[in-house]
Amino acid sequence: MRFMMIMMPNVPEEDWAPTPEAIAAMSKYNDELTKAGVLLGLDGLQPPATGARVSFSGGTPTVTDGPFTEAKEMIGGYWLIQARSREEAVEWATRCPAADGDVIEVRQVYELSDYAGPE
Amino acid sequence: MAGELTGADRRDAGRAIDAVWRIESARVIGGLARLVHDIGWAEDLAQDALVAALEQWPRSGIPDNPGAWLMATGKHRAIDQLRRRQMAERRHEQLGRDQERDPAPAGGDLDAQLDDQIGDDLLGLLFATCHPVLSPSARAALTLRLFGGLSTAEIARAFLVSEATVAQRVVRATRALAEARVPLGVPAPDELGPRLASVLEVIYLIFNEGYAATTGENWMRPALGEDALRVGRIVAELLPGEAEVHGLVALMEIQQSRARARQGPAGEPVLLLDQDRSRWDRRLIARGLAALARAERLGGMLGPYGLQAEIAACHARAVTAEQTDWIRIVALYDALVQLSPSPVVALNRAVAVSMAFGPHAALELVDALSAEPLLAAYHLLPSVRADLLTRLGRTAEARDELVRAASLTQNASEQRLLAQRAERL
Repeated sequence: MRFMMIMMPNVPEEDWAPTPEAIAAMSKYNDELTKAGVLLGLDGLQPPATGARVSFSGGTPTVTDGPFTEAKEMIGGYWLIQARSREEAVEWATRCPAADGDVIEVRQVYELSDYAGPE
Repeated sequence: MAGELTGADRRDAGRAIDAVWRIESARVIGGLARLVHDIGWAEDLAQDALVAALEQWPRSGIPDNPGAWLMATGKHRAIDQLRRRQMAERRHEQLGRDQERDPAPAGGDLDAQLDDQIGDDLLGLLFATCHPVLSPSARAALTLRLFGGLSTAEIARAFLVSEATVAQRVVRATRALAEARVPLGVPAPDELGPRLASVLEVIYLIFNEGYAATTGENWMRPALGEDALRVGRIVAELLPGEAEVHGLVALMEIQQSRARARQGPAGEPVLLLDQDRSRWDRRLIARGLAALARAERLGGMLGPYGLQAEIAACHARAVTAEQTDWIRIVALYDALVQLSPSPVVALNRAVAVSMAFGPHAALELVDALSAEPLLAAYHLLPSVRADLLTRLGRTAEARDELVRAASLTQNASEQRLLAQRAERL
């Protein structure tokens, strides 16, 4: 089974770049995932200020450039891991050296066979 | 506050603790084995620690460092048992001293040392569970149980045997290790080659159990493949200088990438060349190619797993079956046949030759293999011969071969596939 762990950090835009200590701690955590044979991939995302939002209404998309001041939760990055159960994925998430106020959402990835349909 | 946990609470806590066990058990057993010099005893101690965790953690919560908690609990119990057994004073004192000396991790060099110790403990455990004195099935069961953290029930389901059988295999295996006085720990450099080969063999055996069942209706048990991959990746991090480990991981990642394409809608097997490549997992392919690159960067000739991974990579890189670089695959098989001169490898090489140079050349090779006693009951030999004969327009002979092939396999899906091929002639 695969799970995505989505990091939603509790940082204001100005503090998007992490401290050296935070980088080191996260590096160690990522090493743990690698050494445990469960890490399938990960990515960090550049700050929202450099991003864009495309919202849809009445069939038309509207583009808004960052920063997104109204947004409550922003995505900082994700890990894709292999785990034998939802509980194991959650356990891995609890081991992340996250800061106060950070949230990691854990979601199972659909496998292709889950989209069973007429072949 | 009443303090009594509901059944549901206990079940939730139990599942969470199972997850912790799967993550930590190998390190705990490996660490205890180093202390008490006995795998079976270490496993008992670890199990006792798990029981204690299942009793205490639902109420107190999972500790911040659950691995350390389990390890400390196991160690205390070991000391208790040693005291009671009144074993060699020296060993008891040494354990007591180790326990007092254990500082909390403080960062820097100490972290690295602890990492090395944990790494050695894990390797020591793995080399023990894969010891050649044990049969392959005993090694597989023991490795999955002690290193993979699987329960007896899970192993039984995976290998289609009873739980009692698995439990017996594990008990007999640990006893055999004790009786053979197998020294625990990483083998000496001059022994490392063959011992590592034994480890890789077990991992690939487990992977193949997940990849293709030899009997029964289910053609795949993918969870087992994931377990094997996980163990392989762990070993790659523990022994990053061993090219064949990366080769095996590469092979498994690429083979696993086809998991969703290998079965049709009715569960029937789909051959590699007929697979819908859009169902291939590109992320796993990328991981496989990266692992292969690690093997190659280490220099030297590729070993059997590395070569098989290269062959798998050739297929993975081909956007369509028609774009497959068969000439390169034949060259890789030429090298593989030198290292692993088995009739099965020769048969696979013949298939590649037929794709690169045509069915005539391949039929000569296959006919030469017909005399091989090891292939006498191997259903893929007549199956390949049937394919070549079909391409040469010799359909009556082809049909005979397909019938013969169907009679040699117990796999119901395979039989259906062969019957369909015969009908189409």
